[in-house]
Amino acid sequence: MRHFDILIAGAGHAGAQAAITLRQLGFSGSIGLIGAEEDLPYERPPLSKEYFAGEKSFDRLLLRPRAFWLDRNIETFTGLRVDTIDVGRKRAGTSRHEFEYGKLIWAAGGTPRLLTCPGANAGNVHVIRQRGDVDRIRAQLDRVSCATIVGGGYIGLEAASVLTKLGKKVVLLEAQKRVLERVAGEQLSQFFEEEHRRHGVDLRTGAGVEAIEIVAETATAVVTREGERIVTDMLIVGIGILPEIGPLASAGAAVGDGVHVDEYCRTSLADIYAIGDCASHINAFANGKRVRLESIQNAHDQAKTVAAHIVGIDSPYDALPWFWSNQFDLKLQTAGISRGHDQTVMRGDPARRSFSILYLRGGRLIALDCVNSVKDYVQGRAHIMSGAVLSPALLANDSIALKDIAST
Amino acid sequence: MIRILVRDRQGNDRTVEAEPGLSLMEAIRENGLDELIALCGGCCSCATCHVYVRSPDLGALPPLSGDENDLLESSDHRQSASRLSCQLTLSAELDGLAVEIAPED
Repeated sequence: MRHFDILIAGAGHAGAQAAITLRQLGFSGSIGLIGAEEDLPYERPPLSKEYFAGEKSFDRLLLRPRAFWLDRNIETFTGLRVDTIDVGRKRAGTSRHEFEYGKLIWAAGGTPRLLTCPGANAGNVHVIRQRGDVDRIRAQLDRVSCATIVGGGYIGLEAASVLTKLGKKVVLLEAQKRVLERVAGEQLSQFFEEEHRRHGVDLRTGAGVEAIEIVAETATAVVTREGERIVTDMLIVGIGILPEIGPLASAGAAVGDGVHVDEYCRTSLADIYAIGDCASHINAFANGKRVRLESIQNAHDQAKTVAAHIVGIDSPYDALPWFWSNQFDLKLQTAGISRGHDQTVMRGDPARRSFSILYLRGGRLIALDCVNSVKDYVQGRAHIMSGAVLSPALLANDSIALKDIAST
Repeated sequence: MIRILVRDRQGNDRTVEAEPGLSLMEAIRENGLDELIALCGGCCSCATCHVYVRSPDLGALPPLSGDENDLLESSDHRQSASRLSCQLTLSAELDGLAVEIAPED
């Protein structure tokens, strides 16, 4: 049986960064990095953007060159998934090997939620989570003139943006009453809905999928709950992910929406950490609430927290959440967590396609959504971190730079 | 191949080679230097691929965009020679460029 001082289950951004940071901090023990996919760690965000659009080759997405892992003595395993954990004997089981660990870092991410209606498993119904998903979509694109996207979250909207750019007719169905409902305020949702429609996307809100019609294992139409039938050549389903925590839960870890971790990303199980999309943590920017964040920032910074903790550096996780999305010629950058705000301030003019939405709670800036407004994003972050009380009237005045606004 | 001289945070110099068309960030990353975080992957949405250009002078490089300038403003380590390496596309004119990786923010 192979023993690793540090065994990392999951080779996405979080798992890869944990290994990288451990070596940067001088950790000299053995490290095993187990990934479920066949590829070495790569950037996931371009899967719904440049890689999907065919603008970037896969090699340009690799987080590190192939030789790097060998050079840093990080042993990589591809196409392998940890299915079982034996906490008492410190063992992790996969279909091919059993491993013994000193400490286990669980960074397994999530799996896309799937539709459960009839027809959902047809060969042209796709998700976007892994390179293979996008390769399968691209292999079929020549035969697609109309595509239907289910879900108006970031993945769905980015996919709609790419597909319209590729000349496809796109219908986007969002079951909620607005897109981005889970992550953004109403004004931002409305702006993106208008932008997508302006670019030709047939975007419908409050539209659930009832069934998918199939001919010869191929989806040919979507039937909505309202009974409308939409002819389609392909479906892309972007309705969120389920955190991948089964083996931890079976081993007795405290779980909820994700596996519960403390400020050092420790689970309730001895010598097991969890980081990234699957880790439910109390976030300093969520008003003391437990959250699970699906972002590169969170994956990266939690990985650094764990690596530091392993080498004996006391550095609890308290990083400011941030996120970005690119659609059409729009650069969205967000900082903070807007959930729980009691006031919003619009700064700039959506009609000019450059503006920021500021979210306040008790007079303090807690989050920002900035569209084509990098300056606001950069300067607003400092205000979120300082926690100062700011005047909404001044914040709304975009002739005053955010950095020049002092606390009241 | 374009040759770039890269100084890491410990002050060690290394020559890296890369194909024209790649960004300087990709060239540095592809050569196994792992100090550049480059979290957003090169879409000019963060400032984690910050470098100082040591030579030639900045005037020989493509100009700073507004977004790049704004993002650099977020760094505590900004200098007049600061650039985001994801925004510099390698070309024959940049052969021999010398840069230094800026401290992490």
